[in-house]
Amino acid sequence: MSGAIGGGSPAAAVAPAPEPVADERLANISLWARLMRRPEVGSLLGALVICVFFWVTTDAFGTLSGIANWTDVASTIGIMAVAVALLMIGGEFDLSAGVMTGTTGLLMGLLSTEWGFSMWPAILVTFAFAALVGFINGYMVIKTRLPSFIVTLATFFVLQGANLGATKAITGTVRVAGLGDVAGYDSASKIFSNTFWSPHNFRLSLIWWIAIAAVATWVLARTRVGNWIFAVGGDANAARNVGVPVARVKIALFMTTAMAAALVGIMIALRLSSVQAGQGVGEEFTYIIAAVVGGCLLTGGYGSAIGASLGALIVGMAFIGISFSGWNTDWRFLFLGVILLLAVLVNNLVRHRAEGAR
Amino acid sequence: MRRLRIAVLAVLMVLGLAAFAAACGGDDNGGNASGGSPATKDDVSLTQGQDVTIAVITHGSGDSFWAVAKKGAEDAGKQLGVTVKYSESANDPQKQAQLIDSAVTEKVDGIAVSAPNPDAIRDSLKKATDAGIPIVTLNSGAEDYQALGAITHVGQTETIAGEGAGAKFKEAGAKKLLCVIHEQSNIGLNQRCDGAKKGFGGEVENLQVKGVDDIQTTLTEIQSKLQSDNSIDAVLTLNPDIAVAARDAVKGAGSSAKLATFDLSGDVVKAIQDGEIDFAVDQQQYLQGYLPVVFLTLYKTNANTVGGGQPVLTGPGYVTKDNAGTVAKLADEGTR
Repeated sequence: MSGAIGGGSPAAAVAPAPEPVADERLANISLWARLMRRPEVGSLLGALVICVFFWVTTDAFGTLSGIANWTDVASTIGIMAVAVALLMIGGEFDLSAGVMTGTTGLLMGLLSTEWGFSMWPAILVTFAFAALVGFINGYMVIKTRLPSFIVTLATFFVLQGANLGATKAITGTVRVAGLGDVAGYDSASKIFSNTFWSPHNFRLSLIWWIAIAAVATWVLARTRVGNWIFAVGGDANAARNVGVPVARVKIALFMTTAMAAALVGIMIALRLSSVQAGQGVGEEFTYIIAAVVGGCLLTGGYGSAIGASLGALIVGMAFIGISFSGWNTDWRFLFLGVILLLAVLVNNLVRHRAEGAR
Repeated sequence: MRRLRIAVLAVLMVLGLAAFAAACGGDDNGGNASGGSPATKDDVSLTQGQDVTIAVITHGSGDSFWAVAKKGAEDAGKQLGVTVKYSESANDPQKQAQLIDSAVTEKVDGIAVSAPNPDAIRDSLKKATDAGIPIVTLNSGAEDYQALGAITHVGQTETIAGEGAGAKFKEAGAKKLLCVIHEQSNIGLNQRCDGAKKGFGGEVENLQVKGVDDIQTTLTEIQSKLQSDNSIDAVLTLNPDIAVAARDAVKGAGSSAKLATFDLSGDVVKAIQDGEIDFAVDQQQYLQGYLPVVFLTLYKTNANTVGGGQPVLTGPGYVTKDNAGTVAKLADEGTR
């Protein structure tokens, strides 16, 4: 388990993952040491500290309704953070991930309110569109060999401009409203955006998040594709030399990220029954922060989906916790910055330990 | 050794975080205690012995406009001896909905909320009214406050304020007006520009700029617009920080365009005194923070409702060279 996720060395990439049974050639590593080498350690500690802190200092944080509040905030960030973490492990960035949630929400809104689509066909078209944008992102990165930072920054601006321009040209205002009256809204909401467990009202997005994090973890830890992802992020040339389809893996990762953004965009649009043209702008950094707090390296080849989810949980807990505690919210970003630094420091410490033990 | 140092650093960070948190919490309690503890204050009779908490949730992003509204809310809290929890969503409707949800979870005694996108917060406000929590809308939402279940709305009607500004430019003899929009998703801003068009009568062009988060880019955007079209002889901005950028842009472009803005800041008032900005449309946002807290507290403690089913208007008022001196001192104190 630890080797498959944490190691990610290109050499092990294409070899069929051997069952980690007892082998006399391997040194016996204590459970503690193995735990400490997991990429999630920093974010887990951070999440625990923050959770305990707000649980003790505020009344509402530990109640079921309070938990519903902060898991609500964390869930849409978490879905994106998991996708972004996979992409980062694969060695690439997607700065268009935030604005993409707005683009897809607006597209679904325009299709359904302006062009007579009912909700489900609109959702299908939206996912197809997202896959296309993801493909274009990936294809351009592979073909031009430019850093994905630059390519997706361009996509980011293109989409931001298109969002505002198209919304204003078509609706005459800066938002698409009236999604609640479209045929199929209720059934779509039941899948994507409603709440469950009244009266605490947990969000369905929480279930989606847990499911997506679980699938991503399984893919990374137990499948060939997972090994490929670590391999292309660790050393793309070495990976190519041992037969990993680098271009396909990277393009697929960009498509995954864009489609995760579509899922989140659709969730937000259905929940608010409206979409603003500025939706999602700037959120891409929240996703990247969550992934980095969760142990992803900016250089690729290392990280985990669970860590990214914990990172998202930290952001959610801090957001609602600060609100519950009634602090002066002017300081919110200072708090987030300290948490980020703290989690990254712990990650750093842990990596030194892991390397020292090798 | 290195490991040890990093470990020590990490521990220090944790301690620092805890200390910061404690300081924040303590500071806040201190602030409330100055007005909130009935044992030490005897001029607070209505709220005496009651533990009233009002959540004020706006779409602001910490700019100078919202800093004044925030001060209004906090001042009201201190004077009335109630706890005010002010938070901002930075124009993100989902975050605003989540903040309302968290206020409902906390069972606050009243929610004051700005409604730039009423659809987005409808469900969350429904939860609040279902839980018996009274609502007052502020700033944006004059058309929708009744449908949202609010007692009243505290703000100005955007279209009317825009018309007033447009008419003043017309009086001054301007021919072509540039209306600078600084937020992508705030319908109120478009309504102001539409109103300005109505009152102005002449040609009006809207310009979307980067916004208060990136003043430098905004300045460049306005300046290049003025340089590329020198028939523009009037500029209307919708935020005081943007107004200061526009003032520099007008200078930089060598344009002689007249400049006016919505809303005040210390810099704007000074610029009016110096004749660099012609006038400001003042919606007195201090009141938009202050009054909802008062109204909600009175509703809670004395079952009063204000407004008689009509919104409570805080503007438009105009600040020109004539009255700028009076306002200047107050703007420096952060209440205008």
